[in-house]
Amino acid sequence: MDFFTLALPALGDAAGLILQPVVLGYLVMGVVMGLCVGVFPGLGGIAGLSLLLPFMFGMDPVLGLALMIGMVAVVPTSDTFASVLMGIPGSSASQATVLDGFPMAKKGEAARALSAAFASSLFGGLVGAAFLTLFILVARPIVLEFRTPELLMITIFGLSMVGILAGRVALKGLVAAALGMLVGVIGEGAFEGELRMIPSDWVYADSGTAAFTVYQYMGDGLKLVIVGLGIFAIPEIVALLRQDRSISDRSPLGGGWLSGVRDWFANIWLSVRCSIIGVVVGVIPGLGGSVVDWIAYGHAVQTTKDKSKFGSGEIRGVIGPESSNNAKEGGGLVPTLLFGIPGSGSMAIFIGAIALLGSGNIEVGPSMLQNNLDITYAIVWLLALANVVGTLICIAASGGIARLTTIPFGLLAPFLFMIISFAAFQSGQNLMDLVALLGIGLLGIMMRRFDWSRPAFLIGFVLSNPAENYANQAVQIAQSRFRKSMGEGMEYIFSPIVIVLLIITVISVVVGLRQAKQIMAEGEVQAGTKRAPFIFLLVVLAFLVTAFANAWTIPDYAWRDRVFPMFVAGIAVVGALVLVVQMMIREEAHPLFADREVTDAEVNSHGLWSTLAWFAGLLALTAMLGFILALGLFLFAFIKVRAGRSAGFAAAYTVAGIAFMCGMAALLNRDFPPGLLQSYVDLPWPLT
Amino acid sequence: MTLNKTARGAALGAAVVAASFATQTVAGGHGIDLTGKTVEWVIPFSETGGSAKWANFYAPLLSEALPGQPTVVVKFMPGAGSTKGANWFQEQSYDDSEGTLIFGSSGSTQFPYLLGDPRVRYEYNDWNVVLASGTGGVAYLPPAMSAKMDGMDATALQGEDFIYGSQGATRLDLVPLLAWEMLGLNVEPVFGIKGRGDGRLMFERGEANIDYQTSSSYLKGVTPLVEAGTAVPMMSWGALDADGNIVRDPTFPDMPTFKEVCDATPACETSGEKWDAWKAFFIAGFPAQKMVFLPAGASNDAIVTYTAAFEAIKARGDFAEISGARLGKYPQMTGDEAAGALNSATNVPDAAKTFVVDWLKDRYGVSLDG
Repeated sequence: MDFFTLALPALGDAAGLILQPVVLGYLVMGVVMGLCVGVFPGLGGIAGLSLLLPFMFGMDPVLGLALMIGMVAVVPTSDTFASVLMGIPGSSASQATVLDGFPMAKKGEAARALSAAFASSLFGGLVGAAFLTLFILVARPIVLEFRTPELLMITIFGLSMVGILAGRVALKGLVAAALGMLVGVIGEGAFEGELRMIPSDWVYADSGTAAFTVYQYMGDGLKLVIVGLGIFAIPEIVALLRQDRSISDRSPLGGGWLSGVRDWFANIWLSVRCSIIGVVVGVIPGLGGSVVDWIAYGHAVQTTKDKSKFGSGEIRGVIGPESSNNAKEGGGLVPTLLFGIPGSGSMAIFIGAIALLGSGNIEVGPSMLQNNLDITYAIVWLLALANVVGTLICIAASGGIARLTTIPFGLLAPFLFMIISFAAFQSGQNLMDLVALLGIGLLGIMMRRFDWSRPAFLIGFVLSNPAENYANQAVQIAQSRFRKSMGEGMEYIFSPIVIVLLIITVISVVVGLRQAKQIMAEGEVQAGTKRAPFIFLLVVLAFLVTAFANAWTIPDYAWRDRVFPMFVAGIAVVGALVLVVQMMIREEAHPLFADREVTDAEVNSHGLWSTLAWFAGLLALTAMLGFILALGLFLFAFIKVRAGRSAGFAAAYTVAGIAFMCGMAALLNRDFPPGLLQSYVDLPWPLT
Repeated sequence: MTLNKTARGAALGAAVVAASFATQTVAGGHGIDLTGKTVEWVIPFSETGGSAKWANFYAPLLSEALPGQPTVVVKFMPGAGSTKGANWFQEQSYDDSEGTLIFGSSGSTQFPYLLGDPRVRYEYNDWNVVLASGTGGVAYLPPAMSAKMDGMDATALQGEDFIYGSQGATRLDLVPLLAWEMLGLNVEPVFGIKGRGDGRLMFERGEANIDYQTSSSYLKGVTPLVEAGTAVPMMSWGALDADGNIVRDPTFPDMPTFKEVCDATPACETSGEKWDAWKAFFIAGFPAQKMVFLPAGASNDAIVTYTAAFEAIKARGDFAEISGARLGKYPQMTGDEAAGALNSATNVPDAAKTFVVDWLKDRYGVSLDG
C-alpha cells in the first residue's frame, strides 16, 4: 500500500528533479571526473570526492548530488581497468576480478574481459537501483534485524570463501588466511588498546626515533590499499618485468568488446544472482562491502559445471564479481541514507558533503524517508543513470585502452611503480607507506612463487577486524543477556537469520573443500625441489609462533585483545606444523612443493632480486632525496638501463612522468614524501 | 521583512568592521595579506569524522573572510588517535608557513594531553588559538527504562544491566561513563565500535540500552527516534555560563542537565573530588571541543588576521542559519574568549587528573603512565 500512496508520487517528483538537461550535464561531468580518478589504482571515491568538496558549499542540492553521485558510481566501474589490464586490484570492490580478468588480458582477450565486466557492472547497477526502489521503503526494520551475531555470521560466511580459493593444498590456503588475519590485527587492539606485534615500549621511545615512527605508523594497523597493492600488484609487476615482454604476448583478439557483451548475455542469470548478492550484502552496515566480490566469485565458481578454467581466464569469474560490486554501491546507500551510518569511506564524505549542499536542509538519517523521499529516489536513480553513462564511456574506450597490454612491459613498469607508490603514499602520507608496500610486496612475491593462496590471505586480512570485533561484542552482549535468563541469551545468539547463515556457511565450506582441488585461482604451478618451499614455510612458521607468543604476553585485564590473535595464531601454528611434517614425508613431485621459479624458468630473463632492487632503489632514493627527485633519477635510469632506450627517450619519459605526477598531486592537493635532504634544505613544491 | 533583513545585515556589517577594526587597533597590528596563497588546514583525523565536517563547514567561509581570499584546503593526517597529527604540528614553525598553516584539534586531542598519555609530544601552550567551538551532549534511554525514573531521580535504574557501545574509556566516552557511574548505574561498555553513529545503531537494534550523542548528531539521528517513541532523552551534559557554572544547554532548554539529575538522585553528589573530576573533563571535552591554532611562534599580525576573519564569519547575517544545523547553538569563541576556553580545556586540576587516571586503572585496567 505504501508503495502506491507514498513511493509513486515521490518517484514522479524524483524523475522531475533528475530529468533536466543541466542535472544530466552535471552528472556526466561527475562521471568523467570519476573516470579520470578511478582508472588509477588506489585512488578511489575518497580522493575524488575530496576534490569536489570545496565546491559543494551552498550548491543547488540536486546539481551537487548529480556531480557527487556521478563520481562515486563510476569508481567500481573504472577500477576494472587496473584489475583486468595490470592485475592490480583497483579498489577493494574489484579484488576478485583480478583472478580471471588478468589471465584473460594475458591471453590477448583484454577487450572481451573488459566489456563483459562493464556490461555486468551496468546491469548490476540497474538491478541494484530497481531493487532499492522497492526495498528502501521496508529496509529499516529489516536492517535492524542484523544484530552483532548476524554480522559475525556474515563475516564468517565471507571467511568460508577461503575454502574455495585455498588452492591445491587446502591446508596452505588455511594458513595463508590465518596469516592475513594476523597481519590484520597488527596495531592497537580495538577493545583495550593493547599493542599487537609492536613492542609496547616503543610508545615511550623519543620523538623522531625509528621505534616511535614505526609505532605511530603501525599503531593503527596496515591499510587495505597498501596490503592490496603489495600482495597483488607488486608480484605481478615484478613477474612481468622479469619476463621482459608485454602483458599479452598475442595481438588482441578480434571482435573484442562485442564478444564480451555476448558473454555477459549468455550468463545473464549469474549476473542477476550476483547483483542481488551485491545489494543485499551492501545493505548491511558494518561490512562495507569488502566481502561482496569474494562471495560473488565463490558463487560463480560453485554454480559453474566445468571449474577447470577458473584462475586461468574464466569469463564467469569476471561477470560474477563485477555484477555484484556496482549493485553493492546501491545497497550501501541504505545504511548511509536511512541511518546516517556510512557504509564506506567515500559514503562518509558523501554524508558530510550533503550537509554542505544548499541551505543544509537535507538531513541524512532516520528522518530521510519521511522528509526527503523524493531526494532519496533521486539519489538512487542518479546512481543508476551514472552507471549507464559510465559504462558506455568505458565500453567505448575499452578497445583502445586494451592495447596497453601490447606495450613492452619495460616501458609500462616504471609508470606503474610511480602510480602505486603515489597511491600507497596517500594512505599515511609517510615514507613508511613505501616501506610497508615493499615489505608486503616481498611477502606477495614469495606467496606467489610457492603457490600460497594470495586471495585467501587478502580475505583473511580484510575480515580480520570485523571478525574480532563482532566476536568480542557478541560474546559480551550475550553474557549480559544470559545473566537475565537462559532463554533471552539463546534467542539473541540463535536467531533465525543466524541459523540460516550457519547452514549456508557449512554447505559452502563442505562443497568448497571438495571442489578446491580443481580450482587453481592463480594458474598451474609445477613442483620443484624441497629446499626453497621448506625455507619459506619455516619463515611463515616463525612469524606465526611470534604472533602467538606476542598475544600470550597481553595481560589478563586486556584479555579481549588477546583471545582472537591467540586463537588464530594457535590454529595456524598447528596447521603449519602439519605442513612441516608433510613436507618431510612427501616426495618432491608433490604439489606441496610448488615453485613458480621452476615453472617460469625458461621465460624469465631477469633475476628476482635485481628486478626488486629497482623498486628498493626508488625507496632508498626517496628516503634521501624526497619522492620527486628520486622519481626523476629512477625513471631516467630505468628507461635508459633496463629498457635500453636512448638517453633522449629516457629524458622525455622522465619529464612526462614527473609532469603527470605533479599534475595529479596538485589536483588532489597532496604533498610527496620528503627525504633526508629536505630536512636540511628548504625546497619549493613539489620537491618538498 | 526584506527591509528588516537588509537593515540587520547592514548593522551586522558595521559591527564586523567595528569589531575587526577594534581588534586591530588594540593589537596594533596591520594584519597579513594572503592574496594568491593557499592555506592548509590540517585535521589530525580521517576524512570521515566529526572534525572533518566541522573543518569542511568553516573552510569556504574562512577563504572568503581572510584578506586576499586565499584558497583554504583541509588536509587530513589521521593516526594514533590524532596524536600523530598533533605531534607533527608541534614540529612546524611559523616562519616556514607564514600564516598558511593552521591546525584543528578536538577533544580526542585534548584528553590524551590531559591524561599524560605517552604518545603525546605536543604542548598546547606553544600554540596560538584563534577559534574555539563548543558543543554539548545528550544521554538517552529506551522508553521502558526512562519510565522507571522518578522525575529526575535515577535511583530506580540502579538495579538494571546497561549495555553501552563505546569507542574507548580514555576518549570523550569517559564523560558519560563517569556520569552514569556517579548515578549508581551499572553500565557495561562494549568497546570496539568505530564511531558514535555505530553506537546509536546498536541502541536502535536493541543491543545497547543506554547511549549518548553530541548535540548535532542527537538532533539528526535521535530526535526522529524520540518522535517515533523508541528513545527518550535522559539528560544533557549542560553548558557553561560566563562564571563557569553548569546551566541548561541552550540547544536543549527543556532537558535537565546531568547536574540536576545528580542533585535529584541520592547516590550522586554535585561536590567532592568525583564531581570536580567529572566537571573538569566535561569542560575539556565539550564547551571547547574543537579549536583552531596557528603554530608556535606565530606573529601577532597573523593572530589578529585570523581572529578577525573568524569574527567576520560569526557576524555574517546568515551564520545562525547555516551553522545551526551543523554546529548547534554553541559559542564560537575568538580572541580572549577563545584563550579562556583553551585555558579551561587544557588545564585540569591535578586532583581531577589523578582521580580519573586512577579510576580508569581500577575500573577498566587502563594504565597510562606505564
